[in-house]
Amino acid sequence: MLTIGLTHYLVVAAILFTLGIAGIILNRKNIIVILMSVELILLSVNLNFVAFSQSLSDLTGQVFALFVLTVAAAEAAIGLAILVAFYRNRGTIAVEDINSLKG
Amino acid sequence: MIYAIVFLPLVGFLIAGAFGPWIGARASEFVTTSLLMICAVLSWIVFFNVALGHDHGYAPIIGNWMTVGALKINWALRVDTLTAVMLVVVNTVSSLVHLYSIGYMHEDPDRPRFFAYLSLFTFAMLMLVTADNLVQMFFGWEGVGLASYLLIGFWYQKPSANAAAIKAFVVNRVGDFGFALGIFLVFQLTKSLTFDEVFAAVPGLEGEKILAFGLNVDALTLAAFLLFIGAMGKSAQFFLHTWLPDAMEGPTPVSALIHAATMVTAGVFMVARLSPIFEYAPAALAFVTIIGAVTAFFAATVGLVQNDIKRVIAYSTCSQLGYMFVAEGVGAYSLGIFHLFTHAFFKALLFLGAGSVIHAMHHEQDMRNMGGLRKDIPFTFAMMTIGTLALTGFPYTAGYFSKDGIIEAAFAAGEHHTTAMIGFISTVVAAGLTSYYSWRLVFMTFFGHRHAHEVAVNHSHDEPATKDDHAHSHDDHGHDDHGHHAPHESPLTMLIPLAVLAVGALGAGYVFEPDFAGHAYAEFWKGAIFTGEHNEILHEMHAIPAWAGYAPTAMMVLGFLVSLYVYVLKPGTAQALARAFPRLYRFLLNKWYFDELYDFLFVRPAFAIGRLFWKGVDGAIIDGLGPDGVAARVADGARFAVRLETGYVYHYAFAMLIGVAAVATYFIAGGLR
Repeated sequence: MLTIGLTHYLVVAAILFTLGIAGIILNRKNIIVILMSVELILLSVNLNFVAFSQSLSDLTGQVFALFVLTVAAAEAAIGLAILVAFYRNRGTIAVEDINSLKG
Repeated sequence: MIYAIVFLPLVGFLIAGAFGPWIGARASEFVTTSLLMICAVLSWIVFFNVALGHDHGYAPIIGNWMTVGALKINWALRVDTLTAVMLVVVNTVSSLVHLYSIGYMHEDPDRPRFFAYLSLFTFAMLMLVTADNLVQMFFGWEGVGLASYLLIGFWYQKPSANAAAIKAFVVNRVGDFGFALGIFLVFQLTKSLTFDEVFAAVPGLEGEKILAFGLNVDALTLAAFLLFIGAMGKSAQFFLHTWLPDAMEGPTPVSALIHAATMVTAGVFMVARLSPIFEYAPAALAFVTIIGAVTAFFAATVGLVQNDIKRVIAYSTCSQLGYMFVAEGVGAYSLGIFHLFTHAFFKALLFLGAGSVIHAMHHEQDMRNMGGLRKDIPFTFAMMTIGTLALTGFPYTAGYFSKDGIIEAAFAAGEHHTTAMIGFISTVVAAGLTSYYSWRLVFMTFFGHRHAHEVAVNHSHDEPATKDDHAHSHDDHGHDDHGHHAPHESPLTMLIPLAVLAVGALGAGYVFEPDFAGHAYAEFWKGAIFTGEHNEILHEMHAIPAWAGYAPTAMMVLGFLVSLYVYVLKPGTAQALARAFPRLYRFLLNKWYFDELYDFLFVRPAFAIGRLFWKGVDGAIIDGLGPDGVAARVADGARFAVRLETGYVYHYAFAMLIGVAAVATYFIAGGLR
C-alpha cells in the first residue's frame, strides 16, 4: 500500500508551481488568468509550508500558511480592483494590449 | 604741442565713440571737428617751425612699451620735416573731411559712430607718421587698417560694403605679413628697431648675405623688399591693388580721407622714412620702380573705361601712388613725398567734389546717368575742374610740379638704369591716360545732356521745397524713389572744404616746390630723408633734354584733346570705340580680370581647403570619431535595449524566471562542488 509521504506533497506543489509559472508566461489571452496563476503559485508554496510543517513537527509553517492565505486574499482583491479600474480606462484586459511599459 | 596734435583726435574719438548716443550727433560732430581743426592749425605751426624754420627734429619719449631681452620699444613721437609734412597733410585733409562730412552725412542716423571712426583713423595715422620705431609704426599701420575696415563697412546693412571691408582687410594682411617679416629681419640684422639706431647700423651691413628660402640673398635687399611688400598692400600697388576700388563702397568723405589723401600714402611715407635702408638696396629700389611703373600704367588704363565716378578717381589714386613709388624707386624720395603732398590736396578735392556731385544727384554714382550738371552745380563744377587741372599737371598747378618732376627724375635716372627708363615711359603714357580719363569724368558729368534732367525739371515743380532737406535713405541703393529731384548745390559745410583744397591744389606746388625738391632742399629736409652719396638725381633731373621735360605736358594736352573730341565734340565716339575693340574694352572694364584671377587662384582654393577641413577633417574625422560617433553608438545601444522592453507582463515574468533559475543553478552547482 502506497503511503503518502513528504515527497508526494512536494511533487504536487512543484507541479502546481510550474503550472502557475506556465500560466503566466504562456497565457496570451486574459489578465485574469495571470492573477489566477499567481494564486496557484501561492497555493503551491502554502502546500510546501504545510507539508514541511507536518514532516518537521513544527507548527510555525502552518501558522505562516494562514498568513500567506490572508495576504493572497488581499492581493487578489487589490489585483481585481486594479483590473476593474484598468478596464474602465482602457476598455480591455487582453494581455496583448497591455504594453504601456514598452520602450 | 606734438602731444596735442596726436592725442586730440583720440580724445575726440573717445568722446564721440563712448558718449555719442548721449551727447547726440550734433555735439559729436562739433567736438571731433573742432578738435581736428585745432590739430590742423597746430600741425601748420609745427610745419613752419620744423620744416621751414630752424627747429631740429626731436623725438620725446612718452614711455616704455615693452622690453623683451634686447628688444626695447618706447612710445615716442618723432618730429622731423618728413613727419611735419605728413602732419600737415593728414590733419588738414582730415579736418576738412570732418567739416565736409557734417554736410554730406547730415541725414545718416549713425553720425556719432562715423565721426568717432574718422577721429580714430586720424589718431592711428598720426601714430604712424610720428613713429620713432618700426613697431610703433606697425601699430599705427594696423590702426589705420582697422579704421579703414570700419569705415568701408560703415553702412554695414549693405552686403557689398561688408564684402569690400573684408576684402580690404584681407588684402592688407598679405602686405602686413611682408611688413612684419621685414621688421623681424631688420631686428635680426641690427638688433634694434628704433629708427636712429637702425639707420646707424645699416651702412655697416652693406653686402651682408643671409640664407633665406635656400638662397643666399643680400640681407638689406631682402629686408627692403619685405618692407616694401607692406607698402604695396597699404598703398594698393600692383598685385595688391584689388581692395582699393572696392573700398569705394564706403562713404565718399572716407574715400577722400583714407583712400586718396592719407592712408594709402602710408606706404610712400614708409619707404621715404626708411630711405636709409632702401638706399643700400638698389635691387629693391629697382623693384619699387617696376611696381610703381606698372601700377601707374595699369590703373590708368582701367580708369579709362570705368563708369562709376568714384571708381575712376580710385583708379586714378592707384595710378598716382604708382608715380610716387617710381619717384622713390629712382632715388627721388623727396619728389615722392612732394607728390604725396600735392596729391593729397587735389585728390581729396576730386573725391569731395565727386561726393558733392553724388550728393547733388541723390546718391547716383553712375556717370552715364549724369551730364549737363555744370549749370546746376556751378561751384562744384569749378572745383572739380581745378582738381582735374592739378591732377593732369596743367602748368603751375600742384600736379605740374610734382608729377612732371617725377617724370623728369625717372628720365634722368633712366640714363643709368633700364628699370628707371621703364618708369619714365610708363609714367609718360600714364600721364596721357590720366588726362584722358580725368577730362572724361568732367565731360561726362558736367557737359552734354542728361535724359533724366528734363524730366527732373518738370517734376521739381511739384515739390520744390523738399529738395534740400528731403530725408532720403542713406544707402546708395535707395536712389530709385528720389531720382526725380533736380540736382542741387551742396550745403556750405561741403563747399568750404572744396574751396580750401582748391587753393592747395592750385598753389601747393608753386609755393613748396623749392623746398621739397628745389634749391632749399637741404634746409627744408634737414636730413630727414637720406640719400646716398652717389644719389644726384635731383640735380640730374634738371639736365635732361627739353623734349623729355615737355613730354608729360604734351601728353596732358593730347589726352585732353582726345577726351574733348570723344565726349564733347563728337559724342558717341566712345561707344563706337568700345564696339570696335570689344575684347580690349572688356579686358579694361573687368580691370584686367584681376578679381577673377585672384578668385580662381586664391579665393576658391581657400574655400576648397576650408570646405575640406570643415566637412572632411572636422566633420567626418573629428566629429565622426569623437562626440558624434560616441553619441551614435550610445544611441544604437539604447535602441537595442529598447527592443527588450516589450511592455508585456509575461515577458518580464519569463525574464524573472530565467534569472531565478540561473541564480538557483549557480548556487546549487556551487553547493555541489
